[in-house]
Amino acid sequence: MNKKEKPEAENRPDNTAFTQQRLPAWQPMLSAGIVIPLFLIIGLIFIGIGVALFVTSRDLQVLEMDYTGMEQNSPCFSCSDPDQKNCKCTLDFNLDKLFEGPVFFYYALTNYFQNQRSYGVSKDDYQLSGDLDNFKDPDSTCSPYRYDSNNNPIVPCGSLANSMFNDTFKLYQLVAGTKKEVPLDGKGIAWWTDYNIKYRNPSVTPLKNAFNGTVKPLFWPRPAYELDPTDPANNGFINQDFLVWMRRAALPNFRKLYRRITEGDYSTGLPEGNYSLEISYNYPVLNFDGRKKVVFTNVSWMGGKNEFLGIAYLVIGSLCIVMSVVMLIVYAKFKFPEED
Amino acid sequence: MLRRRLNRLLGGDERRVDSRTVYVGHRSSPDSEGFIPPKFCDNRIVSSKYTVWNFLPKNLFEQFRRIANFYFLIIFLVQVIVDTPTSPVTSGLPLFFVITVTAIKQGYEDWLRHKADNEVNKYLVTVLEDGQRIRKESEKIKVGDVVEVEEDETFPCDLILLQSSRDDDTCFVTTASLDGESNHKTHYTVPDTEKDLESLSATIECEQPQPDLYKFVGRMHIYKNNQEPIVRSLGPENLLLKGATLKNTQKICGVAVYTGMETKMALNYQGKSQKRSVVEKSINAFLLVYLCILVSKALVCTTLKYVWQGKPGQDEPWYNEKTQREKDTNLYLKMFTDFLSFMVLFNFIIPVSMYVTVEMQKFLGSFFITWDKDFFDNEIKEGALVNTSDLNEELGQVEYVFTDKTGTLTQNNMEFIECCIDGFQYKHRDASSELDGFCVTDGPVSKLQQKAGREKEELFLRALCLCHTVQVKESTEPCLDQVDGLNNQVDGLGIDGDGLGIDGALSHLEEQRGFIASSPDEIALVKGAMRYGFTFLGLESKTMKILNRNNDVERYELLHVLNFDPVRRRMSVIVRSSSGDTLLFCKGADSSIFPRVRQEEVERIRLHVERNATEGYRTLCVAYKLLSAGEYAQADAGLREARLALQDREEKLMAVYNQVETGMSLIGATAVEDRLQEEAAETMEALQGAGMKVWVLTGDKMETAKSTCYACRLFQKSTELLELTVRTLDDENRRREEKLHDLLLDYHKKAVQDAPPVKEGVTRSWSSSQDYGFIVDGASLSMILNSSSDSSNSRYKNLFLQICQNCTAVLCCRMAPLQKAQIVKMVKNSKGSPITLSIGDGANDVSMILEAHVGIGIKGKEGRQAVRNSDYAIPKLKHLKKLLLAHGHLYYVRIAHLVQYFFYKNLCFILPQFLYQFFCGYSQQPLYDAAYLTMYNICFTSMPILAYSLLEQHICIEVLLDNATLYREIAKNAMLRWRPFLYWTVLGLFHGLLFFFGVWYLFYNPALQDNGQVFGNWSYGTIVFTVLVFTVTLKLALDTRHWTWINHFVIWGSLAFYVFFSFFWGGIIWPFLSQQRLYFVFANMLSSVSAWLVIILLILLSLLPEILLVVFRKPRGPHSRQKELVDSRVGGLQSPRSSARPLLMRTFSDESSTVI
Repeated sequence: MNKKEKPEAENRPDNTAFTQQRLPAWQPMLSAGIVIPLFLIIGLIFIGIGVALFVTSRDLQVLEMDYTGMEQNSPCFSCSDPDQKNCKCTLDFNLDKLFEGPVFFYYALTNYFQNQRSYGVSKDDYQLSGDLDNFKDPDSTCSPYRYDSNNNPIVPCGSLANSMFNDTFKLYQLVAGTKKEVPLDGKGIAWWTDYNIKYRNPSVTPLKNAFNGTVKPLFWPRPAYELDPTDPANNGFINQDFLVWMRRAALPNFRKLYRRITEGDYSTGLPEGNYSLEISYNYPVLNFDGRKKVVFTNVSWMGGKNEFLGIAYLVIGSLCIVMSVVMLIVYAKFKFPEED
Repeated sequence: MLRRRLNRLLGGDERRVDSRTVYVGHRSSPDSEGFIPPKFCDNRIVSSKYTVWNFLPKNLFEQFRRIANFYFLIIFLVQVIVDTPTSPVTSGLPLFFVITVTAIKQGYEDWLRHKADNEVNKYLVTVLEDGQRIRKESEKIKVGDVVEVEEDETFPCDLILLQSSRDDDTCFVTTASLDGESNHKTHYTVPDTEKDLESLSATIECEQPQPDLYKFVGRMHIYKNNQEPIVRSLGPENLLLKGATLKNTQKICGVAVYTGMETKMALNYQGKSQKRSVVEKSINAFLLVYLCILVSKALVCTTLKYVWQGKPGQDEPWYNEKTQREKDTNLYLKMFTDFLSFMVLFNFIIPVSMYVTVEMQKFLGSFFITWDKDFFDNEIKEGALVNTSDLNEELGQVEYVFTDKTGTLTQNNMEFIECCIDGFQYKHRDASSELDGFCVTDGPVSKLQQKAGREKEELFLRALCLCHTVQVKESTEPCLDQVDGLNNQVDGLGIDGDGLGIDGALSHLEEQRGFIASSPDEIALVKGAMRYGFTFLGLESKTMKILNRNNDVERYELLHVLNFDPVRRRMSVIVRSSSGDTLLFCKGADSSIFPRVRQEEVERIRLHVERNATEGYRTLCVAYKLLSAGEYAQADAGLREARLALQDREEKLMAVYNQVETGMSLIGATAVEDRLQEEAAETMEALQGAGMKVWVLTGDKMETAKSTCYACRLFQKSTELLELTVRTLDDENRRREEKLHDLLLDYHKKAVQDAPPVKEGVTRSWSSSQDYGFIVDGASLSMILNSSSDSSNSRYKNLFLQICQNCTAVLCCRMAPLQKAQIVKMVKNSKGSPITLSIGDGANDVSMILEAHVGIGIKGKEGRQAVRNSDYAIPKLKHLKKLLLAHGHLYYVRIAHLVQYFFYKNLCFILPQFLYQFFCGYSQQPLYDAAYLTMYNICFTSMPILAYSLLEQHICIEVLLDNATLYREIAKNAMLRWRPFLYWTVLGLFHGLLFFFGVWYLFYNPALQDNGQVFGNWSYGTIVFTVLVFTVTLKLALDTRHWTWINHFVIWGSLAFYVFFSFFWGGIIWPFLSQQRLYFVFANMLSSVSAWLVIILLILLSLLPEILLVVFRKPRGPHSRQKELVDSRVGGLQSPRSSARPLLMRTFSDESSTVI
């Protein structure tokens, strides 16, 4: 590849494989002899994976309940009135068999465009990584939730933080007429890197002092440093619910992890029986025609229940096998004599 | 084209002042009292475009004048001004990169030009000022300065030669750097200038600067001691051009007449007009389609956005309140900015990088032509030359080949074969035989008489020795003396006898002696005369010396040379023999000589000339005339007067020439053989096999050209020749026009109407239908093209074109250079605008080389003008086969694939982003991260396609060369027509849809990890993007038929780089980013089994149809390839190829004479 010409060669072009376009080359030929077995193998592998996925997905249990309260008979109908404050409603349900654990508790919203651009950029990552300068002067992308009407900086600023989902849930098992609270685990519901690296509280103790001179987001009932009164380490920007919310959903109908049920008697799952879900209904969705749901599900190695992958793999796998058979027939009839 | 520009330039000058006056040495002439030194430009050569100060603005301006760059600039500005989804960096960075690289390249080139300029401008030269020799920088030379130049120095400006150190007042010059001709040219001092330059008082009147290197007219007034000024004419032989080099002369003095940018060299320093390839036109058409897609996408999104927002609750849900400014903005303004935002979001569909990649591909790809050692010619020690890389792919699209004959089809290596003196044939029996002498007695054709009278013979040979402009190479002088001595030794041997001794000496002499001439015919003739005993010894101070048969040196005073020109087609000399007779010798084409000699002499010689011509020899007739003293005086006066004329000198000279060259007597004719180029026939056969139509355009005689065509197998035995020449037109008593009309209709009926319709794509085999060859000559052609009435004009032209297009080969003879270009232009602009290629080697081919889509120059013997003006230059005609069939084919396939692939990959890149708008409330949310948007075309997918477009050989070179028919597969821009474009577009759409909705179904449940955590929008985009990068790269891998290690390296390397980059980009909190969107998104994605599975699934699903297509298409397995090879060999056997076959035209001559 030495492009410098040797002095004795004068004008003579280099006689290298590269300059003469004679580099040794592999010339793959996708002949039927290769493709038919290839398709067969791919088909078999895909069907194998597809079966595994399909079976796994089929065995996953999902319990999805709408609690928006649109219908008259819905227990949360009364709470759906936007004038109601601190409304609580209870959703009763029955499990007729063991809901295998660990059970994951999601909330789901529909027709909620968390992926809108102006919404998505409306936050200040420097602020959220604990930069105190940005506490006083939040990024301009945060507007209209940058300053409040008294020109105090809002922390955390921006539409995304402001609209954080604030319904809370308590799950009780009805055992012999008494309500037995199912412990909900709020740890590890957000990405590890979000919790540990990307979002940082300012290194000020107590945390409350860092927020001096700022105001809480307008929609929030409590300031950021009081998000979780039960666990001081779960406050500020590293509150797990906050982190889950801040990771924007890809599509307008989405679910987000709320809690995991991993502790105590329920570590192996929710046993059969009657349950009662106590909802403090705060989050308004009706004015944009949205729905609120809760989803109990368990997950497997492939994640949550998703029929699509298994079916797709089965279909493609079968297609491959069909194609290989078709090719075999075609080639047996027309092409093979020529190939010999 | 060139001529027009030239005329315009001249015209512009003429309007100002006709001529300029130069005062030699700045000394005013006695009669001009008020001496005002005229202002001329200084001698600084400025070839550079920029200075340090104007580089930035000027270069940027030039770059943004390109429509593509301007488009990207607009996009960038929109991003800066309007609140757009992607940061300006995403489009600014690639644009900045492209602009910077181009600016650096242009800046570097300009720096080199500056350096070269400085080298020339700061070169120290010697100027004579007031009797003193002053060294000063070249750029300070002014018009009128007397400059001294020493041997091997180049002239610093255009000089009029005043004084030479040589005794004979000449100097030798080589113009290698100007026009590539390395022979020494003689220039003459102005007569009557005084030896003492200091006391010389003279003015020079000369025309305004003009670029023609070979034209100069001027007049010098020399004032001597209050006498009447002497006037001397100045011509190109007095002018020393800047850039030429002084040779064989110790030093000269000259006065500067043109300086700096007004020198002929600088005026010739003008770029050629840009040629554009069909591929570029296709790209532009596709671009337009994509621009439409882009605009319609943006329109659809904008419309839907406002429709969607019309629904209650969607415009401004409580969680996403608008800012005050947004609320205040006018609705229509908002719509417009939304539209612009969508445009920006989707603008990646037309990538900046495509232009860069295409340019790089062309630039780098052209190296393979220069590097190809098959193009290296051992004789001239040079390989191919690429003057433009813009047309590489056009080489694969050629439909019409226009070739010159002399020097292109033939070697332009002339050999004297025979001559005819007074009707008797003299033949040199075997040129290669050492023993054979000047066989005057050999094979006289006439049975009645053995040979012509000795007197006639000697007159003829003297004519050959005198009537030329050949020079003897100086460096061989010592050898000459030696040979002279040898000659003296053998003196006394009977000349008419065996002559072995002298011949030995002469052949020795011939080897030693170098002749230099502008035309190889002349050398052949002089050498031929030498063989018969007359040796030209050289020209010394206007005296030509000839060694005659008796070994006596004859001296002739050279009085006038009536130069050769293509219009007169003859040249003459007027000499005075030692006995005092004034003789005019004239040689030229038969058609130009016969009318000027006594008719009774013509018939005897015409027979020979025609027979020689049919045998493929170049014939010249020789005539002479004894001038009486009165006649000579008249001619001399006429010539001198004409030479002094400042205006219309050419025309006046021509008139005098024509007047002098009359009433001559014909003494004989010569036949010179021009051998066919190596493998000329094979090359022509291959070109025709590849579906190209070969037209031979030559200035030569019809018979000669026709036999060359037979020899090249352009005409086969079975070919029926349709002739449209002066001869066929003159046959009857009717008017030429009528006859032309009839013939055209007749031929049209034969060749066009009766011929079976040729289906598109079906290759026409040789034998299936009658082949037609068409012959037309220059006179008939001009009748067709410049017919008297307009209506018949276009009709004739049409008929002519249709006939030509239905003939396998067309021969146009007796063409003037401009007619050649006319023909090319006519075909170029005909229906379907076929791609034309012109190949030639001489200055007379330049016009057609410039006119054709692709111009090829042959590095032949007729100077370098063709090479300089060509797009590609090759040493030999045979190289054309590989250039077109292998290089052209490959380049075309490569670039066509490159273009289609680029559009495809950007369509499936942007389509998911478009689809995502439907799911994000038309909010211009980008699907991919800004880094991915920017890097996709620059890093992740650019290298594999570049490597592909440089290295791909879908069919290996040997097979391409063996099967010329493969060339037809890509004819008519086959890979860039709308069908393949549609295929690629549909493929892009399919892939884009698949990527988006495949992941969309997956995200029905965004909990994709076994810990139940959910993925967000950036994960969505990253999965789509990963599938995208892998799919488009693997799609290219599937298309790659030729996997060198480089392909492996870039394809797998790009994929590895993508993975590595994604880890890296997501692995660090980047302090300069305001939003850490991708932080650990990629790593998290890889920790999800579902993501892996969906990526594999989608890649496979996208590629499955491709694989199926490859399999079900005609299998191109190694077996079938071998089979094809065998087939072609069998075919090859049927039509025997004998590459070593010499020019055997005698077998054809009988046939062709029946046609005549």
